[in-house]
Amino acid sequence: MIAANWPVQRPRDARLLVVDAHGRITHAPRSRFIDFLKPGDLVIANDAATLPASLRGVHVPTGAPIEVRLAGHRCQTPGQNYTVSDTEFSAVVFGAGDFRTRTEDRALPPALAPGDRLVFEGLSATVEALLDHPRLVLLRFRGPTQAVWAGLARYGRPIQYAHMPTPLAMWDVWTPIAALPAAFEPPSASFALDWGSIRAMRGRGITFATITLAAGISSTGDPELDRRLPFDEPYRIPETTASAIREIRTTGGRVIAIGTTVVRALEHAAARHGVVRAGEGIADQRIGPASPLRIVDAILSGTHEPGGSHYQILRAFLDDATLADADAVLEARGYRTHEFGDSVLIERRCQTPCICDSVSDTVDRGRIEKVRLKADAT
Amino acid sequence: MTTHLDADGHLDGVRVAITGGTSGLGLALVAELMRRGARVAFVARTRARVDEVARAHPRAFGIVGDVARKEDIYPIALQIAGNLGGLDVLINNASSLGPVPLALLADTECEELELALATNVLGPFRLTRALLGALTASAREGRRSVVLNVSSDAAVNAYPQWGAYGASKAALRHMTRIWDEELAVEGVRFLSLDPGDMDTPLHALAVPDSDPTTLERPESAARELADAIAAAVTGSGADTRVGPHREGDASASGAEPAAGVAGADPRVRPGFAESRA
Repeated sequence: MIAANWPVQRPRDARLLVVDAHGRITHAPRSRFIDFLKPGDLVIANDAATLPASLRGVHVPTGAPIEVRLAGHRCQTPGQNYTVSDTEFSAVVFGAGDFRTRTEDRALPPALAPGDRLVFEGLSATVEALLDHPRLVLLRFRGPTQAVWAGLARYGRPIQYAHMPTPLAMWDVWTPIAALPAAFEPPSASFALDWGSIRAMRGRGITFATITLAAGISSTGDPELDRRLPFDEPYRIPETTASAIREIRTTGGRVIAIGTTVVRALEHAAARHGVVRAGEGIADQRIGPASPLRIVDAILSGTHEPGGSHYQILRAFLDDATLADADAVLEARGYRTHEFGDSVLIERRCQTPCICDSVSDTVDRGRIEKVRLKADAT
Repeated sequence: MTTHLDADGHLDGVRVAITGGTSGLGLALVAELMRRGARVAFVARTRARVDEVARAHPRAFGIVGDVARKEDIYPIALQIAGNLGGLDVLINNASSLGPVPLALLADTECEELELALATNVLGPFRLTRALLGALTASAREGRRSVVLNVSSDAAVNAYPQWGAYGASKAALRHMTRIWDEELAVEGVRFLSLDPGDMDTPLHALAVPDSDPTTLERPESAARELADAIAAAVTGSGADTRVGPHREGDASASGAEPAAGVAGADPRVRPGFAESRA
């Protein structure tokens, strides 16, 4: 696919590849996304705003220039009470250079050790610990939380990659619904949303709801670290969203996730309790072809190259043969990839035996669910 | 965070951000909102003034930034939403007079008009857009979120020498009405309120020879604006809404609903918003 290299969230010519529950592929302008939704559907997006998580500075013990990319919040073991700190982060450290160099080709940082001081413009931090890797550290900023916010606001830059040649500003990476600044990279599937489409959903009887998941760094350029992605990501599900999901289960509408982060949060919550409860959690699971989807029926996502963790999540929706077909079509039709690229809308593959074929277009989804449950039980 | 509201206009736990928070009405609003139990972030241009006000109100979050500067908007929004953990109420209070001393439009430099528009129209527009995700998130969780744009009777009446200010405030007021029409469905209310003439630094700039004893104290205007916010947040403030149902009544008197009118003759001395510090 072609890398989208211009930071426009909703280019007029953005495209959408749709794979329905039968594996049938169609194309549409992405602005027509909601035409593929039905009355009674529930659309859930991640409303995390994005931190300017890239900081340039100096490793004090050696004087070497570094770039630090905040990668995740420090959070304690899932299942226990925990707090998310605004002054402690896991972080990936790079040597000299910036986003214009591919992460794979970036200079390594000097050897890092616990207690090392790092200074940035307007901020100062200490390496608290190495996190089982010489470039992944637990970082603690000095000073009160308010000063950390001020320093990040003034001197932080959005994390970005070499496919995007111009420096990104915060307005490039905050989605229209960006609320709590918690993500390290944008939940970019929501770039496709605007307030006009949210309004149009309401007019068609489609419910819009949100979760907040602190999306972590998506790529480090280090094969060993990349294999550990995604890192643990704290999330929060509001009561209104949890109750909307409960309701949709009784009315037979579909849950449409805007982006992989929404799938991760909802399926994590459901795996813990069997149902989605309101509250906080830390998503620490991997989603792949063997993962059951208890909640999400369809996903709107960017296009993803095979290999990464985002792609693995798509494999939970589709069999590999259909996904390979979709990839071939994306490639042949010149779809654009990366965060400012085109999108896919993928409906969860109909389970076998597929009963949809025997039901008319105005299918009773509740009935299908019951039949499915029966089939699963046998 | 649970929000508690009672009949006395308390704002316990309500997350409020206010621009122009270090002088005049803005400063009085910071104190009034804190007194009512709100969690407050305030924005102003001058670091020394922000630090000074923060010392007086240690639980408020002071943010240095200029709403007239495009580059400052997202850093301001990030600090507001980060420090408060979201946002329920945004008060766009920072204002610019345009030319000082006031001047006839024919004598107003383009750059002076641009500054008034940047501060009074574009700034509130940009900051509202940047924080709309936080405001609508609050509304989706069953709170009522409110944007209060501080207006002036100069937004309605044509006062000679108030061209840059009046035209920019008229634009802000009209934009407020359209925001309200468009976003009521998302649960965000937009208010445009005129605090009346007050004894503030901005008023002194505009009318240097005015007698301060004839002007309202910013503290009493702040109380009335805080009452309007409390009413809107609890959903009992329908009568302060600037919308099609109110507009007929409001236009009859040629003025929008005033939060505090201290008996001033609007033809002589327009009320206006506070200076951005």
